[in-house]
Amino acid sequence: MKNKNYIQSFCRIENNQIVLDGPVVFEAQPSTFSDFSKKAYQHFEMAYPKFFKMDALSKLAFLGSELLLKNGVGSEKENNIALVLANKSSSLDTDVKYQESIADQSNYYPSPAVFVYTLPNICLGEISIRHQLKSENTFFIFEAFNPAFMASYANVLLDTGKAEKVLCGWVEYFNEEYKAFLYLTGKDGTTEHNKTNIEQAYTK
Amino acid sequence: MPKPVYIAHTNCITPLGFDVASNIENIAGQISGIRKYGQSTLLHQPFYAARIDDEKLKTSFSKIASDGGYTKLEQMMILALHPMVDSAKITDKTAFILSTTKGNITALENPESPIESAQLHGLAKKVADFFGFRTQPIVVSNACVSGILAISVAKRLIQAELYEDAFVVAGDLISAFVLSGFNSFQAMSDAPCKPYSAHRSGVTLGEAAAAVWVTADHQNAKAQIIGDGSINDANHISGPSRTGEGLYRSIQAALSEAKISTETIDYISAHGTATPFNDEMEAIAFNRLGLENVPVNSLKGYYGHTLGASGLLETVIGIESMHQDKLFVSLGFDQMGVSQPINVIAENKQQKIDCFLKTASGFGGCNTAVLFKKTHQ
Repeated sequence: MKNKNYIQSFCRIENNQIVLDGPVVFEAQPSTFSDFSKKAYQHFEMAYPKFFKMDALSKLAFLGSELLLKNGVGSEKENNIALVLANKSSSLDTDVKYQESIADQSNYYPSPAVFVYTLPNICLGEISIRHQLKSENTFFIFEAFNPAFMASYANVLLDTGKAEKVLCGWVEYFNEEYKAFLYLTGKDGTTEHNKTNIEQAYTK
Repeated sequence: MPKPVYIAHTNCITPLGFDVASNIENIAGQISGIRKYGQSTLLHQPFYAARIDDEKLKTSFSKIASDGGYTKLEQMMILALHPMVDSAKITDKTAFILSTTKGNITALENPESPIESAQLHGLAKKVADFFGFRTQPIVVSNACVSGILAISVAKRLIQAELYEDAFVVAGDLISAFVLSGFNSFQAMSDAPCKPYSAHRSGVTLGEAAAAVWVTADHQNAKAQIIGDGSINDANHISGPSRTGEGLYRSIQAALSEAKISTETIDYISAHGTATPFNDEMEAIAFNRLGLENVPVNSLKGYYGHTLGASGLLETVIGIESMHQDKLFVSLGFDQMGVSQPINVIAENKQQKIDCFLKTASGFGGCNTAVLFKKTHQ
């Protein structure tokens, strides 16, 4: 059961910057997340109009996953890449907006298009659809990023053959404050998939 | 060979009772917890729901804790765990896993309350601290599969030897938030829900909490968790795949891990939300696997759809079904309303059950299937 797994690629999105495997690959002037995410989408020529229907959390997870999966995923081939993401604030950013739409009986406008995003795992669904990943997926909530847990759970999926690779990490969004740290782990590579290496990629 | 993992204790807090025995008694009597509620601040029109009586809950809770300051959901979860958590047995290798979709979402109704009061990790910490769990709580929030997925997660973590045992609790509440949301989807039934029926018209929502103790220790085991899978449809975020692809693959993954064939399955406790698309999708997935003759029920006719609690609650009832060798009526079912044949349980029956399959599906295209085997004590 104790095979070695490796971090194959990682991506960080925070402070109007995107880091891919170390260097900054995109940077924008400070503005709203909506504006930043649109600029990033355009810069990387993502060509996926559904992006604009997503809530901020899904946009954040989508941007990170695009950068990590663009080279390795062919739609003609089945890819058993599991998705394991976590955050602190669940879907509360959208929950608050949805609650506002039902708070006032005289101005009551619940929308199914908003309600569907009041679940944190919707971003996993968006990534699955985009890359046709019919694979294991789970969304966890922790008070803070928990590299030891992430390493263990992803390793379980790889070691038991439930997945060939795992796209995992942290996607936190609440009220314009955001941080995404996504990485791809699998059986090949050079950087060992362990708590120390995950922590290092998470911070610098 | 990964080590065997078992469920040794179960409990549930529902409109049908605050322990497993009273729940089973009501189900055996075909009594539903669903009632009609008039227009209120919860919803601007009358609706059906299965709700837990606040006073009854308060009375029960006051017997185990004098301190106020716990929300309704926290009280339900603590009561569900209370009979099985022996504080003396909590170790540094005991996991605490909480599953919910919306947690304390009603906190948002008060604009004065801080956002922290609605955060799921805060809910988990509050429940964990009541019992003195030593490890960081793990929250699973994966739409309507959360409750059953939490069992998979517990099993996987124990097999990976990260923990020796895990207490798993699941719960969700009826709120203006979820009622209005399902209503905006036009997914709410105008009568108590009727899973798999030709006359079904959507979901009835419910509230409940359930808890199980998952352990590698065979002593007192009620059921062994023999295989699981949790696979996305990759099709649509708010509707199931027409072909049931994710559910089909989840069941296949569970079967292949358990190294059993479909003939071994004696009973299916399905999701059966009574929306037109969900029930049809399940019938298609079961047929694709040759499971169309296996007796199947949905417990939504008794409890409504309890969201993140449903998978765990229905597992608790399924384990009891298996132990008593009893198939319970799929309440609300009358005339077949899915295009592919399935064997919906129409009358209570004594029948040997050595292995059962629990399935669930939810928003985001998620699906989970877990296989359980009877253990002889």
